Amino acid sequence: MKTARSMLLAIVAAAVMATAAATAQAAGGKMIVTFKDDVSTLDPAIGYDWQNWSMIKSLFDGLMDYKPGTTDLVPELAQSYEISPDGTQYTFKLHPEAKFHNGRPITADDVKWSIERAVNPKTQSPGAGFFSAIKGFEEANSGKTDKLSGIVVLDPHTVRFDLSRPDATFLHVLQLNFSFPVPKEEVERLGADFGKSPVGSGAYKLKEWTLGQRIVFVRNPDYWKKDTPKLDEIEFQFGQDPSVALLRLKKGEVDILGDGIPPARFLEVKNDPANKGLIVQGNQLQTGYVTMNVKIKPFDNVKVRQAVNMAINKERIVKIINNRAVPATQPLPPSMPGYDKNYKGYPYDPEGAKKLLKDAGFPNGFETELYANNTDPNPRIAQAIQQDLATIGIKANLKTLAQSAVIQAGGDGTAPMIWSGGMAWIADFPDPSDFYGPILGCGGAVQGGWNWSWYCNKDLDKLGAEADAVTDPAKKAEREEMWRKIFIKIMDDAPWAPVFNELRFTMHSPRVKGEDSWFVDPVHIPVHYDEVYVAQ
Amino acid sequence: MSDAWKKFFRNRLALAGSLVIALIVLGGVGAPWLAPYDPHEQFFDGLTLEGAPLPPDAKFWLGTDLLGRDLFSRLLFGARTSLIIGIVANGAAVVIGTFLGLVAGFVRGWLGAAIMRFTDLMMAFPALLLAIALAAIFNPSLWIVALVIAMVNWVQIARVIYTQTTSLATREYIEATRALGANWPRLLFVHVLPHLLPTILVWSTLGIATTVLLEATLSFLGIGVRPPTPSWGGIIFESQSYFLDAPWLVFFPGIAVLLMALSFNLVGDALRDALDPTQRGR
Amino acid sequence: MLRFLLSRLGQSVFILIGVTVITFALAFLVPADPVRMIAGRSASPATVENIRHQLGLDRPVPEQYVRYVTRLVHGDLGRSYMQKTQVSTLIASRLPATLLLMAGAIFFELLIGLTAGIWAATRRGHFSDQAVMVASFVGVSAPQFLVGLLLLYVFANLLNLFPLGGYGDLHHLILPALTLGIGGGGWYSRVMRSSMADVLRQDYIRTARAKGLKERKVVLVHGLRNAILPVVAMVGLDIGIFMSGAVVVESVYGWPGIGQLAWQAIQVIDIPIIMGVTLTAAVAIVLGNLLADLVTPFIDPRVRL
Repeated sequence: MKTARSMLLAIVAAAVMATAAATAQAAGGKMIVTFKDDVSTLDPAIGYDWQNWSMIKSLFDGLMDYKPGTTDLVPELAQSYEISPDGTQYTFKLHPEAKFHNGRPITADDVKWSIERAVNPKTQSPGAGFFSAIKGFEEANSGKTDKLSGIVVLDPHTVRFDLSRPDATFLHVLQLNFSFPVPKEEVERLGADFGKSPVGSGAYKLKEWTLGQRIVFVRNPDYWKKDTPKLDEIEFQFGQDPSVALLRLKKGEVDILGDGIPPARFLEVKNDPANKGLIVQGNQLQTGYVTMNVKIKPFDNVKVRQAVNMAINKERIVKIINNRAVPATQPLPPSMPGYDKNYKGYPYDPEGAKKLLKDAGFPNGFETELYANNTDPNPRIAQAIQQDLATIGIKANLKTLAQSAVIQAGGDGTAPMIWSGGMAWIADFPDPSDFYGPILGCGGAVQGGWNWSWYCNKDLDKLGAEADAVTDPAKKAEREEMWRKIFIKIMDDAPWAPVFNELRFTMHSPRVKGEDSWFVDPVHIPVHYDEVYVAQ
Repeated sequence: MSDAWKKFFRNRLALAGSLVIALIVLGGVGAPWLAPYDPHEQFFDGLTLEGAPLPPDAKFWLGTDLLGRDLFSRLLFGARTSLIIGIVANGAAVVIGTFLGLVAGFVRGWLGAAIMRFTDLMMAFPALLLAIALAAIFNPSLWIVALVIAMVNWVQIARVIYTQTTSLATREYIEATRALGANWPRLLFVHVLPHLLPTILVWSTLGIATTVLLEATLSFLGIGVRPPTPSWGGIIFESQSYFLDAPWLVFFPGIAVLLMALSFNLVGDALRDALDPTQRGR
Repeated sequence: MLRFLLSRLGQSVFILIGVTVITFALAFLVPADPVRMIAGRSASPATVENIRHQLGLDRPVPEQYVRYVTRLVHGDLGRSYMQKTQVSTLIASRLPATLLLMAGAIFFELLIGLTAGIWAATRRGHFSDQAVMVASFVGVSAPQFLVGLLLLYVFANLLNLFPLGGYGDLHHLILPALTLGIGGGGWYSRVMRSSMADVLRQDYIRTARAKGLKERKVVLVHGLRNAILPVVAMVGLDIGIFMSGAVVVESVYGWPGIGQLAWQAIQVIDIPIIMGVTLTAAVAIVLGNLLADLVTPFIDPRVRL
């Protein structure tokens, strides 16, 4: 009996070990990602460019996250959450095993302190405004106090947010990097250098950062999520020109092209049968558009704006950028909730455009200015638009300037038309309200704002606020419908001429594997670092 | 002076350079008539179906650029841009530099010292950074770019003029004439300036070479002459990303810049040889 | 000598102060707002003003200048607006790449310039002399971006002899250094040629030849020793020029030097970095000029320090 039992135990033990070994084999390995530019900072309260955004997401955790490859919200650090019926109170229970990289468990106090830090003017965080719905925001953001009265610590693992108004986007806000908990003692110890030596709680830890050359992430062995991440190490190499990186990928020296496939080689690479399966195509939450300042004549006349919409040959422009985009019909990109699949927008019709201009009182066209930023390919796109406008009689003088200068001209209201390429709006989170407020709402039509068409429709603002007050998750479809109507209304007024929605093409080496959606994850660019793995 | 011209014309390199300059001027001035197409016209069939530029063929002699425009026509009109900037920017630099150098060398005293200290200061300024900072930010136009280049290039001319003026001004006959009571404008315009003309002429020519190079570099960085005005450096800037696949878009304009700078360098150097009385032989 | 150095020190301080004033003024004349770049797209006007106040950018410009200089005197170059990192750290991280490129460039300049110049000087009037002269003119007239892209296309892309840009070992250094070296080499070869030609006419060279010394020894030992001085002076000037950042070469080859740092900072108006880089470059130029001037009396005894 004893021998049989011990033999059974031995067999079971062996089986368990074998399975463990097999699972361990699936994880592990190293991946190399290339970028042209160095990363500016890895401080979650400060980092706000597409390059460091996903890296920060792997070093830190947030209360909420998205299911990998999708835009569906799921809780992350929050084990569970509750929303009060009126939508003004959110209570979260934290995962008890979640720890910072220095070993200390994450508590509700950390959650509160980190958001207070993001809102505090001394931190100079670009994301402070996202938390404006929390009670006490005005006092904290103006520096009067360090504390946010709207965040209440109920016990070490439970935190409650009191909002001053119901906000349907609040869960999205808690997925933004700006809300990620940071360890107070490390931030105080490192001060402003925390951004270069971040201590987080995420799937990876920062092992090394050689300025200008390389960053190395290493797996966090104590990560509370099981089986994540799937790699042992990620090395980010900088100073790699995209064409050089492509050649290295072909040679097997690197795994992921962080900046994407270089435009000139795009066609060749896409059509090469050897690359089948290595290129994943996806959408971006992005639209490229021309803004028309409604405060500058003659763009105060809706017929003129509509004529511009009809004059632009979007197919030709998409061809100029090698079909790496699709023509756009409306402000929202196709993968954004609230997108209207059936809306056709304005057709390409130069004759019709000329007629509209005539009706508006400009039979011979007029002269104006088109601003664009001076990094390739934007001057080219601007010139193509200029030619299209010339066909209907509008003489647009090009002003290609440094990005900062264009942003200034837009925010000051001196630019009649701006091609948004290179500075175009990419959604902070996959919700239509993010595409409205700062760039089409009255709140953004101020000095220094990003509503470069200075379009202010108070009725639509009101509708938008109503839509955002619909916090009941069961009414999601209803809310989307409200936003859909708002954006179609905007197209009737045509303060913008949407031109294209950029597609995303991620190229990876054969040894990196994963679901296609992880390679074109809408929120993690270029890839979802926590999910992809290497075949061993 | 005629000896100098004889010397100049005997220099084969100088003749070659002059020929090239003449061709460039011809091309630039005659562009509206010589160019086969409108340099701004973006041809639909100027690109392949997938949006790639065309290499040189029967229709587009030097190929097309990334917007389907004829490269040859753009090169011809680009010559205008280079010539205008070359003449305006360099002219401004020469005028400013000569004026300041002359005043400093002639008047001397605290004003002269102050001007020369200012020149030292501007020499210590990293030239390209200054040009970039000015060009990237201010309202882009042909004239602003010309002015920016002039702001950077006047310094060397000022120094050379200063040195020459001081050495001239201390010559005995100047002192003597001064002692005899001649007034300074006469001194300046009759006795000093004529001796400076050779130097001014040489620097005007050599300066065009540096100016053209600087303009091309600024355009290459995206902050020179702005589109759609054709400029040789600008064509390269727009085509950089396609460089490995469409190298003609980089080489033709690049060689044009090279030839223009080279010819002005050759001519300027030959002028210097011809006009310099203390010539120590080639 | 001591008086010379002291007076130069005084001049240099004046020059550097002038550089800071001009750079500061330019940074603020710019019609673009660094705070908006830092604050990003979603910032409310209140956040923007908060950040402006935090950085002291709401104070009058002269006051900001005084604060800057005060910190500067204590060795503090400030922190980058965008990255929050110390400017000195950022510059220091780029310095090795810049210095390496500079060393490589000067190596090639001397290699090309001295070889061509000596060769031409010893064959005065012959065809090879003319050929070298033309080649040197071409080198001087070629725009750096053309040379850079040409070298990349031929040697890296077609012939696969070198990597397509990037930073690393000697292999990566050769093409960018050569690009810079060709332009400088053109200048050097002309100066070397004319200097060597002068020296070879001197009496002591004739004496050495009469003594029966081999021609090669005459030229390379006795001649070079004196002829090289003007070139040394030029190297001094070159140091200054290279330290201001070889922006074009760094851009073409993706070389992570100071030039790239400055270029990126200018795009987003990161004033502390712009000030820091300009100052570093100006210091290098001043030192380089000093070196050149110290060598000059040995070239031309008439010039006294």
